[in-house]
Amino acid sequence: MGEPQYVKAAVFQRPLRLGLRRSLLRKPSLVLGMSLLTLLVLFAWIGPSIVINDPLTAQMAERLQGPSWKYPLGTDHLGRCILSRLMAGAQLTLGVSALVIATVALIGVPLGLLSGYVGGRFDAAVMRLVDGVSALPEFLLAITIAGFLGPNLANLVLAIVMVKWIGYARVVRSIVLSEREKEYVLAARVAGSSLWTILWRHLLPQILSPVIVLAALDVGKVILTISALSYLGLGVQPPVPEWGAMLNDGRPYFQTIPELMIYPGIGIMIVVIACNLIGEGLRDLLDVRSR
Amino acid sequence: MKTLLEGKHLSKTYKEAAGTVKALEDVSFFIQAGECLGVVGESGSGKSTLARIVLALETPDRGDVRLNDVSLLQMKRSALREMRQHIQVVFQDPTSSLNQRLPIWRSIMEPLDNYPHVTPAFLEEVRHSRRDTAAKLLEMVGLDTAHMDRYPHELSGGQKQRVAIARGISLAPRLLICDEPTASLDMSVQAQILQLLKSLQKKLGMAYLYISHDIASVRWMSERMLVLKGGRIVDQFASNQILSKDRHDYTRQLVEAVT
Repeated sequence: MGEPQYVKAAVFQRPLRLGLRRSLLRKPSLVLGMSLLTLLVLFAWIGPSIVINDPLTAQMAERLQGPSWKYPLGTDHLGRCILSRLMAGAQLTLGVSALVIATVALIGVPLGLLSGYVGGRFDAAVMRLVDGVSALPEFLLAITIAGFLGPNLANLVLAIVMVKWIGYARVVRSIVLSEREKEYVLAARVAGSSLWTILWRHLLPQILSPVIVLAALDVGKVILTISALSYLGLGVQPPVPEWGAMLNDGRPYFQTIPELMIYPGIGIMIVVIACNLIGEGLRDLLDVRSR
Repeated sequence: MKTLLEGKHLSKTYKEAAGTVKALEDVSFFIQAGECLGVVGESGSGKSTLARIVLALETPDRGDVRLNDVSLLQMKRSALREMRQHIQVVFQDPTSSLNQRLPIWRSIMEPLDNYPHVTPAFLEEVRHSRRDTAAKLLEMVGLDTAHMDRYPHELSGGQKQRVAIARGISLAPRLLICDEPTASLDMSVQAQILQLLKSLQKKLGMAYLYISHDIASVRWMSERMLVLKGGRIVDQFASNQILSKDRHDYTRQLVEAVT
């Protein structure tokens, strides 16, 4: 025992780390998605200090202007700088969707873990709730909840969270159901580990990578939902700049000045593409089989 | 000798899509303190179900398991947890019985971390330090302590099984259940692991429930043997009587298959 195997194990470490970096570079979608997202973050948080126009100040004298040095993308129907509104809208969109995804994961993951591992009545109760909510179309339900609670940003977030946690609980539960019978979990039970230890130390790490992938893919959908609900007037209220709301604002002028809708539309498209690229890239990267 | 563990009339049926499967039917046995009881059977004979019932991971449909004449099935949750320190396990496949995301010393320390008041005699000098304790356990199973911070995938199959054994003995259990501990290993490594298990048993005075499909290894490890077939005990005897004329036909078939 000892020497030869030890040397072998020591050599094994290095190629493994190199391998991770190489496989990261071999995922162009991940790199592209990450770069796009970085650009968007820079656009949202650094941009406003370069183009210094207030996204909220209406100046009726300067409404619906074309691009100029002062207003690089022109002004909207209330004379507000479109570029500034896009930047402020990006902050809001990215921030709110990150908040939604984080909340959804914080609700769905623990419920799924407990439901899958403990089983029994708790599982039955959670799963009936999940079945009930998922029997209705997600978007319809979000509209109903947002409409019922009243149109504002907090209620919008609440509505999306209430609909979205389902998917996470379900995915986590199904993974836990297959993992709980594996021998490392049985060994932990025999070792006298508590429910908490088993969930936290043994099962949570197993579900983390699929949940990260799911979350990355979901960011795009959440952004579309926020925009869609705002477009319907159920989400962000004027004059706060949000891309969906900006689409709605531009709608009456679509025939004459389509840019009012095209710019926020392109914004939404880029964010969704970036998130999907990252999600797919992560899925390939974290999937052991594809390594 | 004192009876350590007793299984009485154990039966277990699983419901499957195709109907019900009788995994165990009216199985009774006992294990004395410090002895090794071997269980032989082909796959599907109910060996693993037996192991899981004794480990209190599953409850039998009928029957009782008694440790020092106390029923495991009637224990409250906290009593069951205290009981677990006395019955530990080494599973068949160390790749799946070790958490791949933990360095091996953390896996080894999991039982001792859960029972902070337990200090086996052989760990008395090192118990104050978790890493020293893990190092001592690694030493006891013949692994270089330099492996301590490695992850399971960096070790060979035999080395991983040694890690699992280190975890199994860490609480100095009265009974160690070995569920096919060599089945996933190379021939040459199998012999080393069997040697290790036998010497540890002698050193620590543990009883073993040694389960395998390999009748030769069971014969070598155990003092008494049970032969399971289709969930029933078809034969039981002292291991040195394995070639006696009184053996059941099925036992003879198993013996003939390896000679």
